[in-house]
Amino acid sequence: MNTILLFEQLLNGLQFGVMLFLLAAGLTLVFGIMNMVNLAHGSMYMVGAYLAVAAAQWTGSYFAGVLIALAGTLLVGVVTEVVALRTLYARDHLDQVLATFGLILFFNELVAILWGRAALFSDIPQLLSGHVELVGTLHYPVYRLAIIVVGLLVAVLLWFVVTRTRLGMLIRAGASNRTMVSALGVNIRLLYTVVFGFGAALAGLAGLMAGPIYAVQPGMGELILIQVFVVIVIGGIGSIRGALAGALIVGMVDTMGRAFLKPLLGALISPTAAEAAGPALASMLIYLLMAVVLALRPEGLFPARGH
Amino acid sequence: MRARLVLLIAGFAFLALAPPLANLLEQPFYIDLLRRVMIFAIAALSLNLILGYGGMVSFGHAAYLGIGGYAVAILSFYGVNNGFIQLAVAIGGSVLVALVIGSVSIRTSGIFFIMITLAFTQMLYFLGISLDQYGGDDGMRLAVRSDFGGLIDLGNATAFYYLVLVVMVVFMYLIHRIVHSRFGMVIRAAKSNEARTRAIGFSPYLYRLAAFVIAGAMCGVAGLLLVNHTAYLTPDFMHWTRSGEIMFMVILGGIGTSVGPVLGALVLLLLEDSLSGMSGFVGQHWQLFIGIFLVLVVLFAKRGLAGLLPGAQRND
Repeated sequence: MNTILLFEQLLNGLQFGVMLFLLAAGLTLVFGIMNMVNLAHGSMYMVGAYLAVAAAQWTGSYFAGVLIALAGTLLVGVVTEVVALRTLYARDHLDQVLATFGLILFFNELVAILWGRAALFSDIPQLLSGHVELVGTLHYPVYRLAIIVVGLLVAVLLWFVVTRTRLGMLIRAGASNRTMVSALGVNIRLLYTVVFGFGAALAGLAGLMAGPIYAVQPGMGELILIQVFVVIVIGGIGSIRGALAGALIVGMVDTMGRAFLKPLLGALISPTAAEAAGPALASMLIYLLMAVVLALRPEGLFPARGH
Repeated sequence: MRARLVLLIAGFAFLALAPPLANLLEQPFYIDLLRRVMIFAIAALSLNLILGYGGMVSFGHAAYLGIGGYAVAILSFYGVNNGFIQLAVAIGGSVLVALVIGSVSIRTSGIFFIMITLAFTQMLYFLGISLDQYGGDDGMRLAVRSDFGGLIDLGNATAFYYLVLVVMVVFMYLIHRIVHSRFGMVIRAAKSNEARTRAIGFSPYLYRLAAFVIAGAMCGVAGLLLVNHTAYLTPDFMHWTRSGEIMFMVILGGIGTSVGPVLGALVLLLLEDSLSGMSGFVGQHWQLFIGIFLVLVVLFAKRGLAGLLPGAQRND
């Protein structure tokens, strides 16, 4: 196994992990603070991707598309929260799962009505296209590097907001005792809406960055959503630190499994058996990981404090 | 109570008389549709046992539809068409898988339970996709339906219909007996207050696991029936939206009620069928309306359709 390939896959894993983190951060905050299971989070990812493609075509500028998509998903998130999800906070998880499952069907179909069912492809902007030579002969796409940088920047920014600002203080307080927070005179409903909106915008950011790499199509949010749930369950629900750790672990394990499991199995057992078992095992790997983590540490690796 | 009983009998009478009626009106399509409804009703009934009575929110119940389906299709692929062997493998496989999933997931609760059952079903789904010799992603055709000797011919639409009806009624009765037995009391007690259940000397884990396995086995039978109904097997039997759909049938019909899951399956599938059959915008984008319907039901009709029937008991 050559080191260049390994290094490239490590970067790919990091890129996927960063993407998962952007989604997991919003989901875990919404869960930690409002105790709400939101399956429709993947729909925000999809909405972000579509808005970016449409806005880029409309304005002719990639970066204008990015801004419009971010503002758009923020708005869609706030509207969804106010119209449908607000009443679900007090309900049990079963109701939340089903209602947001309904929202998934709704958003998938809405997107199909507006932009059709066929996959859209968006272009990488001129500035971020091409490859950059890293170490030795490794040429890595600039765009993927940009995703890693943006994701890590967002992680730092989130850390700063949550631990160093007044809003972050309210978020942490809301997560540990929401009754007390509202008794102290904080408008908790507004706080919920703000958190939900920004969570949606983060998902939209992940979606618009995913556009040029993966196909933009109805239902694109669902597969990654399930992986994001694996992330937050492994990391510990409600904890941003856990979301980051979980996202990087899942991103790495999934990417490495897909790249190296088949040759590895081929060396251990017969190549034909590895041919059959490799891909299956690679797609099951993160779920196996989650089952093991839950069996050993039912609260996840970094459980949120204050529960 | 009497009005409820009359309605129940009327409902079953309607289901029993549907095939001759459909043949009389020369609309054999309806036999097919109702058969599909009843197969999903069986799956929903089995989920209701653990979800409604046991409080275990399994988001992966479609796994057993897949196990039942694959048991039939793989055996048939190797020339074993004997229905009794297929049934035994479908039930045995479902029991085994439910034992594994249940023994891990029942240790957790709440959101973790939902997610881990979903994760296990995703694993099985990807396993199904990777089984290339059995069609992989595209699935495979079931060349010969399950052969139950001279007992019943599944190729005959009407005979198959009555088989499904009988299985459904028997399962309803079985679940009724289970829920009202001592075992069922413990399951329901553990749902309403786990601490008190422990305090009076029951350890809920094994009871829950047993209920989980029974529900899995019942849904495995539904899987056997479903693959015979469609005569085609795909990994989509186990798709996570399928699990969500079965769950919605239970909620729509009325969680923790005996007839609720059947009503839920009937209404949801008839609604899907009539919406998708319409022409123009509604027919093309029927899922939009199903989605809105789902949200509205959860938000405003928590007790489900069974709550609207006369003599409904409060179950909340």
